[in-house]
Amino acid sequence: MEIKQTAVAGTLESSDIQIMISKGTNDFEIELESDVKKQFGDQITKVITDTLKQLGVTSAKIKAVDKGALDCVIKARTIAAGQRALGTTDKPEWEVL
Amino acid sequence: MADTEERLRRTMMFVPGNNPAMVKDAGIYGADSIMFDLEDAVSMTEKDAARILVYEALKSQNYGEAELVVRVNGQDTPYYPNDVKAMVKAGIDVIRLPKVESAEMIQMLVKDVEASEKEVGREVGSTHVMAAIESAKGVINAAEIAAASDRMIGVALSAEDYTTDMKTHRYPDGAELEFARNMVLHAARAAGIAAFDTVFTNMDDTEGFYRETRYIHQLGFDGKSLVNPRQIPMVNEVYQPTEKEIENAKNVINAIQEAKLKGSGVISMNGQMVDRPVVLRAQRVMMLAKASNLLDEEGNYLEK
Repeated sequence: MEIKQTAVAGTLESSDIQIMISKGTNDFEIELESDVKKQFGDQITKVITDTLKQLGVTSAKIKAVDKGALDCVIKARTIAAGQRALGTTDKPEWEVL
Repeated sequence: MADTEERLRRTMMFVPGNNPAMVKDAGIYGADSIMFDLEDAVSMTEKDAARILVYEALKSQNYGEAELVVRVNGQDTPYYPNDVKAMVKAGIDVIRLPKVESAEMIQMLVKDVEASEKEVGREVGSTHVMAAIESAKGVINAAEIAAASDRMIGVALSAEDYTTDMKTHRYPDGAELEFARNMVLHAARAAGIAAFDTVFTNMDDTEGFYRETRYIHQLGFDGKSLVNPRQIPMVNEVYQPTEKEIENAKNVINAIQEAKLKGSGVISMNGQMVDRPVVLRAQRVMMLAKASNLLDEEGNYLEK
């Protein structure tokens, strides 16, 4: 699936994560900002890339600002941003949810 | 009427669907029902994000014994079909439809829910529905709405939209809601489903909140919709039976069991006739007493 536009989902409020996805050239480039990056950085990155792969995305630039989000929130925000970037918001991929 | 066991629905707490902190913590306050809101609490631009967030939370978080409800967007919005499908797939207990004005709207919801159940492989009939009544037309048609489907578990009055429709606003004494409350309540009772009173939004007016809750408790509502978890213990306090009521209920239940053993349906206790309605009321008192943690494991009253 091809990323059509840069898209954002999520807020900077506590327990949320803001994810911005734009066109990438090769693989996933993730820039993560998080107070718990040392402890959970790898896990957060993994949830984001796994979810994007499920959406059929193979390369993207991602900027994520984490405010202590649970995995289910990271997944939800990645799906929302991903679908917005792909232009598939109105026809969600139910299998990925 | 939905084929479910009688359950307590004293408190239905609203949770804004796009707020991760509130969605994640919704289960810790002890609400009987948790209602995730995809409608008015979510801005137009975030409808998709809220739907996905609630979906993922329902799939992964543990909300204990609470009944899980989602308020979807109205049938006249483009968000409604995806809301219904996502929530059925997430395994939600109840879908609450806003601005219901006719039995047809509920029947349409039920049709859509059933189609989604078949599509996602969920047991047909396992998703319940309820209606929010928010207009004069809805109040007038409350009876047919409440009886529209055997998936219905309740009707709720939503006073903010209703009072606007009636060209008034909310007053502290609630006189403007008298007719609507009684219509919604009677419609629910006639159909054998639950009745929920509207929210009370002024968090600073504790006295007013207690007054309104005592009033709707007296009328016979199952409970109240709430906007703040602080209101949960207040409602539970109003619905909590007294020691005298509990003792009386226990006597009624014991007496009727004894009568059954002797093969008699009606008995007299302390000179008062005890028949079915009295027994049902006693059973509800015991259920409330248990939920209020007033009984030990053997059903004895615990001193506070």
